[in-house]
Amino acid sequence: MAQLTSPVTPPRTQEWWKTRQFGQTVHDIIVYTLLVLLSLVFIFPFFWMVTTALKLDYEIFLWPPRWLPNPPHWENFGLALTDPQLPFFPTFFLNTMKIVTLVVIGRLVSCVVVAYGFARLEAPGKDVLFAILLATLMIPGTLLLFPKYILFNSIGWVNTILPLTVPSFFGEAFAIFLMRQFFASIPRDLEEAARMDGCNTFQVITRIIVPLSVPVLTVIAIFSFKDNWNDFFGPLLYLSDRTQYTLAVGLAFFNGRYDVAMNLLMAASVAVMLPLVILFFIAQRAFVEGISVTGLGGR
Amino acid sequence: MAIAATSIRSSAIDKKPKRATQAAREARIFYLCVAPWVIGFILFQLGPMLASFVLSFTRWDILSPPVFVDIRNYTFMFTRDADFWQSLRVTVTYSLFSIPLQLMVALGLAVLLNEATRGIGLFRTLFYLPSVVASAAAAVLWTWIFNPEFGPINGLLGLFGVQGPAWLIDPKYALWALIIMSVWGVGGTMLIFLAGLKGIPGNLYEAAEIDGADRVARFFRITLPMLSPTIFFNFVMTLIGSFQTFDSAYIIGTRASGSIGAPAKSTLFYMLHVYDQAIAQTKMGYASALGVVLFVIILVLTLLVLRSSSLWVYNEAERK
Repeated sequence: MAQLTSPVTPPRTQEWWKTRQFGQTVHDIIVYTLLVLLSLVFIFPFFWMVTTALKLDYEIFLWPPRWLPNPPHWENFGLALTDPQLPFFPTFFLNTMKIVTLVVIGRLVSCVVVAYGFARLEAPGKDVLFAILLATLMIPGTLLLFPKYILFNSIGWVNTILPLTVPSFFGEAFAIFLMRQFFASIPRDLEEAARMDGCNTFQVITRIIVPLSVPVLTVIAIFSFKDNWNDFFGPLLYLSDRTQYTLAVGLAFFNGRYDVAMNLLMAASVAVMLPLVILFFIAQRAFVEGISVTGLGGR
Repeated sequence: MAIAATSIRSSAIDKKPKRATQAAREARIFYLCVAPWVIGFILFQLGPMLASFVLSFTRWDILSPPVFVDIRNYTFMFTRDADFWQSLRVTVTYSLFSIPLQLMVALGLAVLLNEATRGIGLFRTLFYLPSVVASAAAAVLWTWIFNPEFGPINGLLGLFGVQGPAWLIDPKYALWALIIMSVWGVGGTMLIFLAGLKGIPGNLYEAAEIDGADRVARFFRITLPMLSPTIFFNFVMTLIGSFQTFDSAYIIGTRASGSIGAPAKSTLFYMLHVYDQAIAQTKMGYASALGVVLFVIILVLTLLVLRSSSLWVYNEAERK
């Protein structure tokens, strides 16, 4: 604490390199140099993936590596998606879209209803239920996978997309928590006015709560989309028929197979990542701001 | 929380019958609203957890009915399953290095971003993007980046005259490659740190500056203490995630070479061992026992962190 309480030396005639303005300039130069260098490091794998995807076979194995393909071979993307060694990619895409769409819809619908209950209604045992809900956030998800596998196996759901989609219609703790926080901040007046006009709970949710909660609903929709697009363990566990694979599993399946050309594999990887990247750029604001808005930052 | 008072009032005690029926009606709607989650919790979380516990005392190959074997799964695990100890060693080594590394990089990036005045959105996006796509596709990509002969990492090392290791093929380096890769996905942790940094009141810094504290002193005496709840949150989350590492290890080690935890079981993560026992060997009982042990390990570690938190987490006026 000695440093904090030591008296300030009053600024007398200062040399130019000790002025505040100069200090700020040096500070900015250091900060931005580091930011640029580090962002290059973070972006480099993407750069490498895209350039590999645009190279010809022989260019990949040049030593030292050729950093930029010349000319870029865009046709690799077409080849990758129709390559006989990388089959079913259109099928994988449709499978993934089907699962992701169902999960997003299921999660939004179920979580809105549950979160509304926790945010607005009172009943004995509510606090206990909410505490349990928060506690489930701590349960490591993968530990439940095998008992769930056994459960779904016993009712004949293995090898269908049901184990991957049906549970999302029963709410998800994190999304419920975020929504509850958001709903609680909506003024009650609107809701009461609607009830005076004879709206029931269902109508209050659909006509008042949902239209006012678009930001948080967007965040949850994108999070769910991303998580399920990337989900690897679930589809790997439940889907063993190749025609049912999702993009994540299908792509991993071809990784390391000696007969798959690296440039085509990278082109396929780009194609798998691209929808997420595009979605992220479109919804960037909601995505990033939403995290702070919803109070995840701890304050 | 003024509404909370009404919840305690049960309909039987309430004097006014009209309000009582209204409260009962509200309670009914509440239970109806939360029913999906309660049912889901029992079906997909509580049930599986109990089932997992019971099954851990059985031998079961799914095809024939489970056979009760007492605690033999556990004694086998601790005394004779070398892969169990190997997987534990791999997971702990990975966690010991990757958790501090991830937290420090995430915090460093967040502090840098917080210092920047312009272009925060751009850099934030650049740092966060990798964690958006951290997936099977990313793992495939990293297999290629770590390629000993044609990959860019050894290409760069070669520029400095350093002969890079064989990374994913060399048992000594494979785990390190995965640790390096884990740093790439710190975007989410970074965002939470950034939100925490934005929440530190600016007047604290102004006061410190007036008192003559330099940047370093301000960081260690204001930023770190004020950020400790966020550090705590990220620490717990990274810890839980780290012990459950599966995707990258499976795709990079196992999928690429065909044997579990390759090369030479150097990337045999705990979850890989569980997966192998459950799916490849169909020893569901034993896999359940492994799952229970992992659950206990994570629980104990999380509780230890929680316990230690009073020593290093600054709690503003014990806000609850």
